[in-house]
Amino acid sequence: MARDGVLRLNDITKRFGKLIANDAVSLTLHRGEVVALLGENGAGKTTLMNILFGQYTADQGAVEVFGQTLPPGNPRAALDAGVGMVHQHFTLAGNMTVQENITLGVQPLFSLRSGTQTARKRIVELSERFQLKVNPDARVGSLTVGERQRVEILKALYRDVKILILDEPTAVLTPQETEDLFATLRQAIANGLSIIFISHKLHEVMAISDRVVVLRHGKLVGEVNTKDTDPKAMSAMMMGTSATPPDIVPAQPGGVLLQLDRVSTADIGNAPGLKSISLALKAGQITGLAGVSGNGQAALADLVGGMQAPDAGTLTVNGDTPTSWTPREAVAKGIARIPEDRHKTGTIADFDLTENAILERYNSSDFSASGWLNWRSARDYANGIIEKYDVRCPGADTRIRLLSGGNMQKLILGRVLEAGPQIILANQPVRGLDIGAVNYVHSQLLAARDAGAAVLLISEDLDEIITLSDVIHVISEGRLSPGFTRGEMTPPELGIWMAGHGFEEAAVAS
Amino acid sequence: MDIIDILLSASFWAAAIRIASPLIFATLGELICERAGVLNLGIEGIMVAGAFAGWMAVYSGTGLWTGVAVAMAVGMLFGLLHSTLTVPFGLSQHVVGLGVTLLATSATYYAYRLALPEVTSPPKIEAFQPYRIPGLADIPLIGPALFNQTPLTYAAFALVLIVSFTLYRTPLGLAVRAAGENPSAVAAQGLSVTGIRMGAVIIGSGFMAVGGAFLTMSAFDSFFFEMVNGRGWICIALVVFGAWRPGKALLGAILFAAFDALQIRVQQTSLGAAVPYQIFLMMPYVLSIVALVLVSRRAEVPAALMVPFNKGER
Amino acid sequence: MRLEPIANPTLPRRLGLPALAIGSTVVIASLLAMMAGANPFSVLGLILQGAFGSKFAILETLNRATPLIFTGLAAAVAFRAKFWNIGAEAQLYSGALITVVLGTGLLAWPSPLLLPVLALAAVLAGAVLLLIPALLKTRFGVDEVVTTLLFNFIFLLFISMLLEGPLKDPMGMGWPKSARVLPEARLPRIVEGLRLHWGFGLAILSAIAVWVLQTRSTLGYEMRAVGNNAEAARFAGIPVNTVLVKTALLSGGLAALAGFSEVAGLKGSLTLDLSPGFGYTGIIVAMLALLNPIGVIFAALFVAGIFVGADSMSRAANVPTYLADIMLATALLFMVLAIMLTRFRVVRD
Repeated sequence: MARDGVLRLNDITKRFGKLIANDAVSLTLHRGEVVALLGENGAGKTTLMNILFGQYTADQGAVEVFGQTLPPGNPRAALDAGVGMVHQHFTLAGNMTVQENITLGVQPLFSLRSGTQTARKRIVELSERFQLKVNPDARVGSLTVGERQRVEILKALYRDVKILILDEPTAVLTPQETEDLFATLRQAIANGLSIIFISHKLHEVMAISDRVVVLRHGKLVGEVNTKDTDPKAMSAMMMGTSATPPDIVPAQPGGVLLQLDRVSTADIGNAPGLKSISLALKAGQITGLAGVSGNGQAALADLVGGMQAPDAGTLTVNGDTPTSWTPREAVAKGIARIPEDRHKTGTIADFDLTENAILERYNSSDFSASGWLNWRSARDYANGIIEKYDVRCPGADTRIRLLSGGNMQKLILGRVLEAGPQIILANQPVRGLDIGAVNYVHSQLLAARDAGAAVLLISEDLDEIITLSDVIHVISEGRLSPGFTRGEMTPPELGIWMAGHGFEEAAVAS
Repeated sequence: MDIIDILLSASFWAAAIRIASPLIFATLGELICERAGVLNLGIEGIMVAGAFAGWMAVYSGTGLWTGVAVAMAVGMLFGLLHSTLTVPFGLSQHVVGLGVTLLATSATYYAYRLALPEVTSPPKIEAFQPYRIPGLADIPLIGPALFNQTPLTYAAFALVLIVSFTLYRTPLGLAVRAAGENPSAVAAQGLSVTGIRMGAVIIGSGFMAVGGAFLTMSAFDSFFFEMVNGRGWICIALVVFGAWRPGKALLGAILFAAFDALQIRVQQTSLGAAVPYQIFLMMPYVLSIVALVLVSRRAEVPAALMVPFNKGER
Repeated sequence: MRLEPIANPTLPRRLGLPALAIGSTVVIASLLAMMAGANPFSVLGLILQGAFGSKFAILETLNRATPLIFTGLAAAVAFRAKFWNIGAEAQLYSGALITVVLGTGLLAWPSPLLLPVLALAAVLAGAVLLLIPALLKTRFGVDEVVTTLLFNFIFLLFISMLLEGPLKDPMGMGWPKSARVLPEARLPRIVEGLRLHWGFGLAILSAIAVWVLQTRSTLGYEMRAVGNNAEAARFAGIPVNTVLVKTALLSGGLAALAGFSEVAGLKGSLTLDLSPGFGYTGIIVAMLALLNPIGVIFAALFVAGIFVGADSMSRAANVPTYLADIMLATALLFMVLAIMLTRFRVVRD
């Protein structure tokens, strides 16, 4: 076995200050096999792959590809040795064509020939062989997420890689698209490639991998053949035993707090707007929004959050229809907004915790009078949140950029929940958080629900939606499915809706 | 003389092409920088430095083309400074750009005072002379306008083709454009974003300096303070107006230069005598602002323009 | 190489790196002085002496610092909100212009009434002038860097036109120069007999006012929020465009006060060389002050000192005065680098 190892990570250790991101990790990938690299956020998977790709230099240990040790810190070395990676966040230039993205950096930079014709032939040939249908002339910006992923995979295959690494490749796919991806991967194995599949979705790991390697807190904690294990055992290895997901009691839905009646908004660039959707958020209930990313989730979040007013249709909050609809108006109406991106929209990096805590309400009478701020009451308020929501920080005067994602999210939660909101917009509330923080956020949302709030939960993680939601709507190209109650639909059935089927029939029926 | 007569005269168009030439060089230089994702506000100062360096080299006895090369080298040096601060260190492109402009301008004036301490009016050099391209120069109107220019003007037009070809038809151009659209796409393919961006800024700054050198070595034959006079800023507007495309930027530069040449001629008419000359001098700047407003709504800005790239952040 | 944020920069790092930046500037200036054939130590000594070496020198430096405090504040306020006002030069002239238009006889009021009105009028003029680029940015998305830069050229030509036309002083012996403002429109001296006018006092007061505004008021909070992260500010409900316009009004007004102070306090009339680039130098002042309004006072004194010192040094040592501009440019570039390096460390990874 050991002799046909195509890729070997030997004893890799990497420290960031005091944090040990990888602690003597060793891993071997054999020819023609799929190894699943399993681990929670922050377990060290990404750091390990960045070392393999020369983005980081390991403090200790070496990377070997086909028996050759790679020079550390050289991003080209791994590529030239035949290792390709499909990143979780695609590395594509949206304003350029598929072909331009694929051929970027493949030819010597200072060549005078563009080789367009040969490149094109090869892309067409590869996309047929591996069942990856794309139009080489399409602008990447106009493609769906699934198509973009195909371009990412083609990028690697075009370079003739022998080893393919996929980082959370199914996070943005419908169940059906995931099946297509697996078909492609099997085709790749048949063509002699070897694959590392990074994921935290256990059933997918079971379906595609031959062997599972588990990382926890930077350490390799388990290595088993997939056929010898089951999701439960893997989950235990991945999380340790400490964290348990919150218990969920049945919802007690009350009256409608926010109602959308045939609301439409304009498309913004490639992001679809809303297409005459109707939705009712009820008190004491979590309404989940499932869908492949980029199908109108942002438009709905912007609408509920006050960033965008309806172009057509009516929005009713607590029985009245606001004449102007702005973020300030939304906050005033008691809507708590947890934004999709903590760093870009949720917080101001160089503001301290106090300044971030009052961000939505600095001009309310609690914190200011006739244009002058009352810093003392602001600081007291921030300290209250820090204590109540367990925000770990050196103090309220710490710049928020120095906090971990989990603590940042706790401050945001405190900021929006402190007022006792009636409506909560939770847009990807746990993305990128470690398991402890995930459970904390989820339990806070459930507590708010039980206290009578109407929660709109938007997530690309179908498992999260299914677990938490009392009612699920699917969004596709800006259209909204009817609501399905807890347990009414299986994941594959939801997947059919996510792929855009059933909407016309539902529209006719209503 | 009527405006129609002016527009139909070959000498008018010849002047327009001459006025456009330095703008073409500098606009292409800025365009290359911005295509790679770096706004280079050092342009104004780099043009001043180029104007002086080229002229000074020729004045001290080198050939004209060597002077152009010296100007280019000086521009590249300032490009190296600009890009070192803005690319690997990711400093504010606004602040660094203005700082480079100030440094290049004041260093040039300092060098001028050191080199020529005693003179009251700057000495002249033997500048580039118009070269008639046989045959082509005989075409009515177009011939004298386009084909009886100095070699440096021909070089400006050739550079449009070269830059356009490189950007759209070579792997290097693909990498430069990608660096301005999404640097992580470049990094993921094993290319150095830092290298590409720095290279683009250095080369671009070299072209800006040649644009400045055109003023002292082709349009005029001497170096004056304030001679660049905001042309750099106008070039930044021209890049936007040209939608970051070399061909459109060329058209913009010629259009702009034609207006400039027109205002000079209208000043000498009876209409011109009735209006303060400052109004005419304002026209290029006003025109630039109008152009910016006109294209602002449909501008396709490189997506990563002014966005620094740091490998640590994703 | 890669930049890694430093959680809590140590005091030596926070002080040492800026000191190193200033030190490097001095080293470069020395090298340039040697190129001019002068002894670097005597050149530096002459600059220091010329700037701070006598009562006359100090007063000259304070006078020179006055407009720089105003334009420095204008830049600091605008840059804090990431509104790139590079047009302080034009706004300065707009303030000077309105002072001359109203102060040469149109309003024949006593000083205590006339001076505040002139100052207010100047503020309005500068604000209105910057309103145009601000609206072009918020309405059409036109980059304000280019428009404000181009406005400098346009407005100076406009001034030139007025000085050769309607504003031309009939007693000016042909020079493009306005008439002198009334004695009532002159800012009095702070101490009788010393050549330092109340424009300096107004500058200090303005700096304190801006500091209070930025740290205590909701508007200051909004400006800082917009400058740090406009997207988050918009999401939080801050009307970003309105804040940008208010910022522009304030910034333009501050720059225009420089023009008012120069005319009413120092020159008495408007000429085309009223400002040797105070508007542009204000940007350097603001950056050296790390955009802190109180810091602007000290940065302006430093910058003014270099200019005044270099003037007298140049006469004595025969080194071109442009040495001062080079020193400021290098100080600016080294300083932004030093400040970045106090917050990030360079790691080879």
